[in-house]
Amino acid sequence: MTTAWNDYQSGEFYDELIGPNGNARKPAQKLVSYLKSLTDEEVSSRKLAAELAIKDMGISFTVYTDEGNIDRAWPFDIIPRVISKTQWDKTDAGLKQRLQALNMFIDDLYNGQKIIKDGVIPEYVLKQSTNYRKECEGISPAYGVWAHICGTDLVRDKDGEFYVLEDNLRVPSGVSYMLENRSIMKRVLPDVFEKVDIAPIEAYTSHLFETLTSLSPRKIRKPVVAVLTPGIYNSAYFEHAFLAQKMGAELVQGSDLVVQDDDCVYMKTIAGLERVDVIYRRIDDLFLDPEAFRKDSALGVTGLMRAWKAGNVALANAPGAGVADDKVVYAYVPEVIKYYLGEDPLLPNVETFLCYDKKQRDYVLANLDKLVVKPANESGGYGMLIGPHSTKKERETFAELIKAKPRNYIAQPTLALSTAPTFTEKGNTPEPRHLDLRPFVLQAKDSYVTTGGLTRVALKKGSLVVNSSQGGGSKDTWIVDTHPEAKA
Amino acid sequence: MLSRVAERVYWSARYLERISSTVRLVSIYQSLLFDLPNNVSLSWYNLIIINDLEEAFGERYTNRTERNVVKFLLGDEDNPSSLINSMRAVRENVRTTRDAVPEEAWEMICELSMYVQDNIELALNRRSRHEFLEDVTKGCLQINGLLFSTMPQDAAWEFLHIGRNLERADMTSRYLEAGLTAIIELKNDDSAINSRQIIWGSVLRSLNASQYYLRATRSPVIGEEVVPYLLNDTVFPKSIAHCIGAIIGSCAKLPRSQTALKKLKDIQKQLGAEINHQDLDSKLLEHFNQLQILLTNIHIIISDTWFPAHE
Repeated sequence: MTTAWNDYQSGEFYDELIGPNGNARKPAQKLVSYLKSLTDEEVSSRKLAAELAIKDMGISFTVYTDEGNIDRAWPFDIIPRVISKTQWDKTDAGLKQRLQALNMFIDDLYNGQKIIKDGVIPEYVLKQSTNYRKECEGISPAYGVWAHICGTDLVRDKDGEFYVLEDNLRVPSGVSYMLENRSIMKRVLPDVFEKVDIAPIEAYTSHLFETLTSLSPRKIRKPVVAVLTPGIYNSAYFEHAFLAQKMGAELVQGSDLVVQDDDCVYMKTIAGLERVDVIYRRIDDLFLDPEAFRKDSALGVTGLMRAWKAGNVALANAPGAGVADDKVVYAYVPEVIKYYLGEDPLLPNVETFLCYDKKQRDYVLANLDKLVVKPANESGGYGMLIGPHSTKKERETFAELIKAKPRNYIAQPTLALSTAPTFTEKGNTPEPRHLDLRPFVLQAKDSYVTTGGLTRVALKKGSLVVNSSQGGGSKDTWIVDTHPEAKA
Repeated sequence: MLSRVAERVYWSARYLERISSTVRLVSIYQSLLFDLPNNVSLSWYNLIIINDLEEAFGERYTNRTERNVVKFLLGDEDNPSSLINSMRAVRENVRTTRDAVPEEAWEMICELSMYVQDNIELALNRRSRHEFLEDVTKGCLQINGLLFSTMPQDAAWEFLHIGRNLERADMTSRYLEAGLTAIIELKNDDSAINSRQIIWGSVLRSLNASQYYLRATRSPVIGEEVVPYLLNDTVFPKSIAHCIGAIIGSCAKLPRSQTALKKLKDIQKQLGAEINHQDLDSKLLEHFNQLQILLTNIHIIISDTWFPAHE
């Protein structure tokens, strides 16, 4: 029995496992009492086992540094994050609702722009969007769906509610780590799985495969599905290979594909050319096709846009889907949901100030030390200002940036991100660390949400940055049914 | 199957085979040097010659000592065929073809790479070397065992097979050449007969061939029998004839193989041409050289037929 847990305190933040009275929350009770029963030595050996498993399983991500690319082992904490099934069911419905509305929105933007004509969204949002692709106007992808795979970042605030922080509609990554985290946990803490009713998560890859095959332009029994990767130097290469393997799809690079005069896409096989029906592309829009976008792209496939426009190949996500993955658009999502679905949003947004609007901009400039300022179109946590942790000089720089290009910036209050007990490198005493959650949502003919998602945790004390490229780690995420008898 | 994936699977197999043969070569060589009489001037440096690495070695080291040779063959980052680099090549190739090989293979390869990375120092020290080499051998056998017992016999399987057999044929020809070179250099004195036996015995052992050689030839270890056995035996897995037969067999199962097959069979015919094994002289040495050129041609035929064009 260890005393390490007695002093655990998360202060003003909502803690995922431990309630304000110091007792474990209901869905986490069995887990916490198990963890408390471990001796210091047992904790050490399990931490070590997890580290070894990660190396053996080759779970890595690539970090770009001045000295070249480094393949780093995936940082992982063995204490899972637990969410009750009741709460998750509500979140699940909210995520589906949100993606459905966003897809209707994207389809509208490229086909008539009714929402702008009706004055729900101001015209400037679209006019100055860096991710709007004129090339996509007039195209109608299958089921009217543009963003088939979405990674939505959720955070839990002080009140214990989930808020949507951002929608990643371009090439969201992380799902392979979510799946591998579970495999690690089964190796490291097998005894807990017997005691707790943890919802399985492995179904994701088969749902992804079904989503992709349902997009095939050729209505054949076994369409050819390929995962298009930029190659081994991409930070998410591990994931591309993982998903291809788990789906039985081909893992291809741009140089493996060719578009012929018939505007169909083929891959170069040992038996000659073979037609490809669906491409799950993990390359950004602008690198997809040197003929349509960046001429210097060596990653893409010449003529791919032509083939897509001709309806001879499905691309997931569709080019241009990123138009809704813009933090200015984000601010309007509640209106977007009401406009297309006539429903109230089930998942709230974080309060957001648009720097384009003079009144809101003045407020932002006057309160830079309290707010988080984000560029409208960056991902990966880059180019942000975290007001309370910033220096005067950084705030001055951002004030200039905002004044120069107000459309490019939004600001949000600094959130009191929830915490969870996390083992630190130093010792076996759990300390509170901030975290977020990225569930993955699929949509084609049907919708699907992962059971939980990828929990990312800021391993540095007090830090709010959860990105793995910047000192973040991850945890397994458990959706636990506390009323298992109700199932029967 | 993608052409690019085919190529990477082929190289994975070649590098994996290269690892096991390098490891075996180093461990056999150690005991060979112990056995030879002191007046025989065979040195560790021969291992560098066998592998055509004289130039690369010369750029790194001035002294041709045991430690330097072993370090160069096993742990040197600058030697493209060193154990540590071959291991890296296997891992990189499998990393990019994970969808074509069994899931568990990836994990085993990660484990073996880590073992090699973390323990390479053991190899440099004569006392701990044996244990290290044995562990690496076991790791390779484990991976090959997994591939053999779980893989469907599809195109990926055939490319693994082709890569493995071509690398083997290449190694066998190098060992034959090395053995013969050593024999030719022997002084014709009282100990020569004994030394010849030791040298040919090592060639057999470095190919795991001793036991099967004795059973198949019912002859003592003499060059006149060893050379034809390693060249022409049709069932021993590392004989040149067997490797070429296996490569042809695999190619025949692949699509678009007709032209390649015709060329490969030509090469097979040339390899099978009668040569005089009775005179173990420089003429035979020249024959081994020709053999290596033919093996390089086999690689080119396969690459031209199935692998992507590299601009």
